[in-house]
Amino acid sequence: MAGAAGAAGAAGAGAGPGAAAAAPGLAKPPRRDRRARTLVARVLVLGALGLVTLLFVYPFVWLVSASFKPRGDVFDNRLIPATATLQNYVTVWQEAPVALWLLNTVIVTVLSAGTVTLSSALVAWGFSYFQFRGRGLLFGLVLATMMLPGAVTMIPTYLIWDSLGLVNTQVPLWAGGLFGSAFYVFLLRQFFLGMPREIFEAARVDGAGNWSIFWRMALPLCKPAVVLTLLFEVQAAWTNLMGPLIYLRDEELFTIPLGLKILLDRFVGSGNFQWEVVVTASVITTLPMVLLFFLGQRYFVDGVAASPGGGK
Amino acid sequence: MTAVATPAAAGATASVRRPGRGRLGGAGKGRGPKVPLRPSQRRNRRRTVLSALAFLSPWIIGFLVFTAWPIGYSLYLSLTDYDIINAPTFVGLENYVRLAGDPNVQLALGNTVVFTLLQVPLYVTLSFALALLLDKAGRSMGFFRTAFFLPRMTPPVAVGVLVLLLLNGQDGLLNTALGWFGIDGPNWTTDSAWIKPGLVLMSLWTVGGSVLILLAALRGVPRELLDAAKMDGAGFFRRTWHVTMPMVSGPLFFLVVVNTIDGLQTFTEAYTAYFGSTGGYGNDAALFYAIYLFQQAFQFFNMGYASALAWLLFLVVLAITGVQLLVSRRVVYYEADR
Repeated sequence: MAGAAGAAGAAGAGAGPGAAAAAPGLAKPPRRDRRARTLVARVLVLGALGLVTLLFVYPFVWLVSASFKPRGDVFDNRLIPATATLQNYVTVWQEAPVALWLLNTVIVTVLSAGTVTLSSALVAWGFSYFQFRGRGLLFGLVLATMMLPGAVTMIPTYLIWDSLGLVNTQVPLWAGGLFGSAFYVFLLRQFFLGMPREIFEAARVDGAGNWSIFWRMALPLCKPAVVLTLLFEVQAAWTNLMGPLIYLRDEELFTIPLGLKILLDRFVGSGNFQWEVVVTASVITTLPMVLLFFLGQRYFVDGVAASPGGGK
Repeated sequence: MTAVATPAAAGATASVRRPGRGRLGGAGKGRGPKVPLRPSQRRNRRRTVLSALAFLSPWIIGFLVFTAWPIGYSLYLSLTDYDIINAPTFVGLENYVRLAGDPNVQLALGNTVVFTLLQVPLYVTLSFALALLLDKAGRSMGFFRTAFFLPRMTPPVAVGVLVLLLLNGQDGLLNTALGWFGIDGPNWTTDSAWIKPGLVLMSLWTVGGSVLILLAALRGVPRELLDAAKMDGAGFFRRTWHVTMPMVSGPLFFLVVVNTIDGLQTFTEAYTAYFGSTGGYGNDAALFYAIYLFQQAFQFFNMGYASALAWLLFLVVLAITGVQLLVSRRVVYYEADR
C-alpha cells in the first residue's frame, strides 16, 4: 500500500503522461515544452496550496499574537504586537481558576480516553475474533446506533445520572466510555480483521487463553489503531462543551471549554468588553490540542484518511 | 504511510477468511451439509459464544442502558409533562400539538435547514477542490496535509470565539481584508441576514478532515482511466468531471450524508457565539434546533416537550438522509455494481 501511494505521488508530482503507465523510475524524459508546462502547473499548485495553508494557519497565529496585546490593541490585526505584554495571562489566572479547570479537563480527558479505548477494543475484538450466530446482526446494531441523533438519548441519559446522584460531578462526562463507542468499535474491528489469524491460533495451541491473546498479542499488534482511538477521544473529550454544560454546576468542577464560555459571557456578553481576556483563555483552551496534534500528527493524518467519518 | 489499514484492505482480508472452521467452529454460512455435532464440538461452540459474550458485554450493557432504554423512555417522556421535580404526567400528543404551533420551532428548524443547505454543498465542494489540489502536490503533500488538518484541532467553543473576533463587522480580520479590495463587508455577527453565512464561512475553516478522506479516495482512482481520457484529449476539468468524480462518488456521497446529519445538529459554535449560558435569547438568526432543544430541556426543564422536539429532529434527520440515499442510487457509482 505504501509503495503504491508513493508511486502515485511521484507520478502526480509532474511526470509527463505515460510515465505512470510504465514504472515511474523508467519513464522517458518528457519533451521540453511539456516540462515547462508541468513546471508552471507545479508552481501554480504549490502557490494555491500555500495560500490556502496561510488561510488555515493564520487564525491561530492571530489568536496567539492577540493574547499578548494590551487592551484595545486586540483588533489592530498586527501579527507582532506593538507592545507585547504577559498581563492578559496574569489577568486570566487571577480572574478564574484556570489551573483547576485545566486539571479537571485533563482528568476527564484521560479517564474517558482510557475507558473508551479499552472497552471499544474489547468489543471490537469480540466482533472480529469469535464466530457465532447473529454476529452480523449484532454488529449491524452497533453501526445503526451511530445514526441516532444524540438529542434522542440525551434527556433519559441525564435522568439516569440524576437518579444516581451523579449530576454536578464529572462522572457522566467519562463513565459512558466504559461501554465502548460504536465509532471506535468499528474502527478497531477493521484493524483486528486485517491481522493474520494463524498467529492467534498458534498462541492458542501454545496454551494462551482468550484474555491473554487479546491483551498480550492483539492489542499490542494494533497499536496504531489504539493510538488513533486515544487521540480521537482525547480530542473529543477536551473540546466537549455540551456535556459539561449539561452536567456541571459548580465552577470548581468546570472543564476548560465551559470555563471559556463562562469567561466569554462575563467579559464580553455582559457589555464590558474585555476581549483580551477571552482571547487569552481561547489560546489556553486550544494550545494543548495543537501540541497534541504535533505529537500525534502521523497517526492523526493517516488515520483520518483511513477512518470513516474523519474523526468526527 | 504507517501500517494503517484502509477499510477496503481490511474488508478484503476478512472475506478471504474461511468461515466457521477449526477450533472456534461457529455458525458460518459457508458450512457444508449439516452433520450432527459431536458432544465435544457442541461444548466448544457454547464456550465460544460465552467468551464472545464476555468480550461484547461492555457494549451490550451500554446498548441496553444508554441506547435502548433511553429511546423507549424518551418516546414515553414525549407524551408527558415533566419538569424533573414532579413525576411525569401523561398528556398524550399535547407536546406534538404544541410543537406544531410553536413559532420558535419553525424558526429554529428553518434556521437549521437553511444553514445545512448552505454549508453542506460548500463544505463538500471545497473539500473536493482542495483534495484535487493536494493530490498534485507531490513531495510536499505531507506538509500541506498536516497544515490543512490543524484547524480541526481547535475546540468548537474556541471557534465560536473566533467567529465573534474574525467576523466582527468593524475591525474583524475578514472585513479588514475585504477592505483592501474596496469591499465594504457586512456586519457578519450582528446582521441577521449574515449570521448564518458567517457561521458557514467559519465552518469551512475545519474542512481538513474531509479533505484527507477524499485525498485517500483520489489515490484509489485507477491511473489507466485518467491516462486513457488524457490520450483521448480530455483536459483536466473534463477528466475530473467524467472520470474522477464518478470514481470517488461513494466517499463524496458519504461526506454529504455525514455533514448533513452533523449540520442538522449544529450546536457549540453558534451557542458559544450567540447565547448566554445564563439563559435568555441571543440573536434569533442563530437559534438552531439543537440550541432550542437544549434550552427547553436544561434551562427551562421542559423535559417532556424537549423529548418531543428530539423525536421531530430524529424524523427530520431520517427523512433527509432517506432522500439522499434514494438520490444516491442514481448518482453514486460503486465498483462492486459493475
